Amino acid sequence: MLNQTITMTACAIMMGGAAIAQDQSIIVQSTTSTANSGLYDYLLPIFQDETGIQVNVVAVGTGQAITNTENCDGDVLLVHAQPAEEAFVAAGYGTERRDLMYNDFVIVGPADDPAGVVGMTDVQGALARIAATGALFASRGDDSGTHKKEMQLWGNTGVDPTAASGDWYRETGSGMGATLNTGVGMGAYVMTDRATWVSFENKQAHDIQVEGDTALMNQYGVIPVSPARCPSVNADAARTFADWLVSDAGQDAIAAFTVADQQLFFPNAAKN
Amino acid sequence: MAEAIGLAIALVLSGDADLLEIVWLSLHVSLTATAIACLIGLPIGALVAIARFRGRSAVLIVMNALMGLPPVVVGLLVYLQLSRSGPLGFLGLLYTPTAMIIAQTILITPIIAALSRQVLEDLHSEYAEQFRSLCLTRMQTVQALLWDGRYALLTVGLAGFGRAVAEVGAVIIVGGNIDHLTRVMTTAIALETSKGDLPLALALGIILLVIALGVNACVQSVRMTAARHAYV
Repeated sequence: MLNQTITMTACAIMMGGAAIAQDQSIIVQSTTSTANSGLYDYLLPIFQDETGIQVNVVAVGTGQAITNTENCDGDVLLVHAQPAEEAFVAAGYGTERRDLMYNDFVIVGPADDPAGVVGMTDVQGALARIAATGALFASRGDDSGTHKKEMQLWGNTGVDPTAASGDWYRETGSGMGATLNTGVGMGAYVMTDRATWVSFENKQAHDIQVEGDTALMNQYGVIPVSPARCPSVNADAARTFADWLVSDAGQDAIAAFTVADQQLFFPNAAKN
Repeated sequence: MAEAIGLAIALVLSGDADLLEIVWLSLHVSLTATAIACLIGLPIGALVAIARFRGRSAVLIVMNALMGLPPVVVGLLVYLQLSRSGPLGFLGLLYTPTAMIIAQTILITPIIAALSRQVLEDLHSEYAEQFRSLCLTRMQTVQALLWDGRYALLTVGLAGFGRAVAEVGAVIIVGGNIDHLTRVMTTAIALETSKGDLPLALALGIILLVIALGVNACVQSVRMTAARHAYV
């Protein structure tokens, strides 16, 4: 009897959950900050109520998100690395790129501030000081949007941190959250987008130490994948989603999203 | 740690719908993968156990080595096949539970085959004389061995299930950790860790451990019930 019950339960578990396909659904290949901060949990139900379209989010680094969509494994790309996004569209993978919203990057660091950068608003100066003192710095090292931005900022300072890789410069090769966990654990400075930091729950004694430089602007863009390049995409629904995000309704919803009473993303789509 | 245990208990007691969905999908994916892996792996293990052929030791080495397949590599290989730009892309299976089942099946079939080969070879050496005297065909020998070793093979199956339900590298690539679609226990744990919510991540880990305990207890009780009937 027990035997039978268990067998039947096991069969039920194996047979169940097979029919999940939605008739109207799209896959968004996305950067992690928008997912980890809870933005999609806020936006997508509003969008689904209005349109009936189910949005499935695959949250990976910008580099991997672009690779995945280039393989036609997504209907919409939502990332933050403008030059790479423009190259994506120029290569015919996307129909058009539109500015969606922005926030900014910050450098967080340990309370004892070994490099003495607290309160600096000049990111180049801060990075140069970190390099000069050899204070620990944890980098994504994963070709993500944040990593690309960080490398661009290091380039501006004339320092090649990768020469010190494994010494004071630690490349984690993982996502923003994992890198923050590592940075907090080893007492290192980390460059992160503000949204991930504000919603991050393992801050311990780390805090924002460098912010406010215009060079730290973090622009997000949205691109529907081109049906000419990828015939399998759900082009209409992808278009609807991108159009909604940049519409007044979408932009208002983005502005209304807060974590700990703080607005994390600032809509800046061009008005039509 | 105490916070995590408290959180785990609170989560379970609240009967959180999202949690149930994730637990259900974890069981669905990993049990299905284990069942398919047993269907493929056990006959292979049995055949290799009784067959004597040139290059057999090389086959054994390969089978045993494949037990160490890195999940992330399996995930990547399955991704490349199922991607829209891959040879099986037309099936549209990427980012579905089916893709996760395929990846886990590939991951654990070598474990089932290699472990069952060892179990059945030991068993076969006990019965070889008898089988020969009965003039059994190879097929009949395989059947007899699988039936006779069924209790030991349950443990082999559990080893495969344990590996499947605990891995994150493969399912996060081919499943994408999509909320309400392909999120399972391990990918949820990875996500909460990356959000820095370590107590919640640990609480989910504790729940996963309890589920694994539950599955093992079920199998154990089946085994004991069956054994009792066998000797009545």
